[in-house]
Amino acid sequence: MIFSGQKISVAELVFKLIAILAIVLALGVLLALIYDVLSSGFGRLSYKFLSSFPSRFAEKAGILSALAGSFYLMILTAAIAVPVGVSAAIYLEEYAGKNWFTRLIELNIANLAGVPSIIYGLLGLQLFARYAGLGRSLIAGALTLSLLVLPVIIIATREALRTVPKSIREGSLALGATKWQTIWCQVLPVALPGILTGCILSMSRAIGETAPLVTLGALTYVAFVPDGLTSAFTALPIQIFNWTSRPQEAFHANAAAGILVLLIVLLCMNSFAIWLRARFQKKLR
Amino acid sequence: MNATLDTRVVKEKLIHFCLGTCGCVSILTTLGIVLILVTEAWGFFQHVSLVEFLTDTEWTPLFADKHFGILPLISGTIITSLIALSVAIPLGLIIAIYLSEFASERVRKTLKPMLEILAGIPTIVFGYFALLSVTPFLQKFIPELTSFNALGAGIVMGFMILPMVASLSEDALFVVPASLREGAYALGASKLQMIFSVLVPAALGGITAAFIIAVSRAVGETMIVAIAAGQEPIFTLNPLRSMETMTAYIVQVSLGDTPHGTLEYQTIFAVGLMLFIITLVLNFISITLRERYKRSFQ
Repeated sequence: MIFSGQKISVAELVFKLIAILAIVLALGVLLALIYDVLSSGFGRLSYKFLSSFPSRFAEKAGILSALAGSFYLMILTAAIAVPVGVSAAIYLEEYAGKNWFTRLIELNIANLAGVPSIIYGLLGLQLFARYAGLGRSLIAGALTLSLLVLPVIIIATREALRTVPKSIREGSLALGATKWQTIWCQVLPVALPGILTGCILSMSRAIGETAPLVTLGALTYVAFVPDGLTSAFTALPIQIFNWTSRPQEAFHANAAAGILVLLIVLLCMNSFAIWLRARFQKKLR
Repeated sequence: MNATLDTRVVKEKLIHFCLGTCGCVSILTTLGIVLILVTEAWGFFQHVSLVEFLTDTEWTPLFADKHFGILPLISGTIITSLIALSVAIPLGLIIAIYLSEFASERVRKTLKPMLEILAGIPTIVFGYFALLSVTPFLQKFIPELTSFNALGAGIVMGFMILPMVASLSEDALFVVPASLREGAYALGASKLQMIFSVLVPAALGGITAAFIIAVSRAVGETMIVAIAAGQEPIFTLNPLRSMETMTAYIVQVSLGDTPHGTLEYQTIFAVGLMLFIITLVLNFISITLRERYKRSFQ
């Protein structure tokens, strides 16, 4: 009896060991990736790298146009996707009844969240660049990315709305407020940190997206800062893609430095989201 | 009084309508995707028969001697996905079991965000890593590995989808009621026996859903394979070679200057339609499985 007990605990130990190895492996890959990018890119990181335009000469090349492009792209995407996504979530959570149509929209959003991003690129290429005549412009890119992140925003916002206690709604309605007044003045302020967290996370997804922009035909060599909605543009991931695809090693260092910038931006966004989430959780308790 | 009441009602109805319109954007997006892929692919299938598309083993739309068989792109997609899944599924499942059944709350709270970091890294970064770090590393052990290959790309893609497999499988384990665990223990099962003969089978629906969504991710993943797997559409099963996936082909054509309306241009929509259909089917199986098994415990 004692013997079999020991045997079982040995098996358990072996399983634990395998599990820890699996975790070490996964995190080891993460560390290797970060070490690799740091060791080949850190030397290239300088103010000059951030403030120069791309160039045929690796040492002179910088990411100014890509940085500006990504920045404008994010602002525009947020301005389009956040209001639409939050409105859609409010509709589904607060207004829509449980019928086949709502069910259809819900299934559809769940499916859209899993559609490969390159398909959104094909949609943007045809719908915005061709039919709408926007070409390879900043606004076409922003519209494409907006459709891409919309499911993420809707799902996150619905979750945030669901955590708002029913008593708040009932209290407001009992005082004679209309449905919209209740939502606007009571429900949304409470859900706001959660909604913001979702929006930031969706933006951090958008900023790293490469495939849809490549499909849309965003240019890889842009030596100017975009000056309007219809201006041509490049973005950080596209610049990184361009440098990675070249055979010369000097450009690979540039790619690594570009990746460092991208990862730092992402880290800032995600820390902000985590901070918001922590604050939100405290407040509800 | 009545007048203000009326404007209030009108305003409420207007807001309701506006919100509903936003809710419909998702439906319009899907309709847009389907319409665009189908109309452009329709033009393609006017020139190429569906039989040739699905059975020819050569894909050379950009050459003078044109062949339009999607099989090489499919084989490339399958091979890279299989490699990715053989990394992501076992590791992801083991990590999920460990996190939900063995790890202390403190360990869970540190490990989960770290895995989330892995999930949040842009795929372009993974592509860089696969091409410039993992492939040279693998070449030390496998000298015949070409610099663009399915193996390196697939392995890195596996680590990219691993956090998602782990997190979805953990969710599936979490919804299994405590009574099942207690029942197993009451019958004298050890912890491992409980896990593998009660817990995992009970959560199998949710775990399968996680695996299927992982397949869908792997099939649709673009930048890693476009950078590291190469652009040679060859009908082969050898993972040490360069091969092209469906997604990588779309990237390749998009980077070139293929004029609008030509057959070459339409090929990316035909390939895109194929990709969309495959992922659509996988997503729906996964969504249905997850919902059904969540409900069955309630």
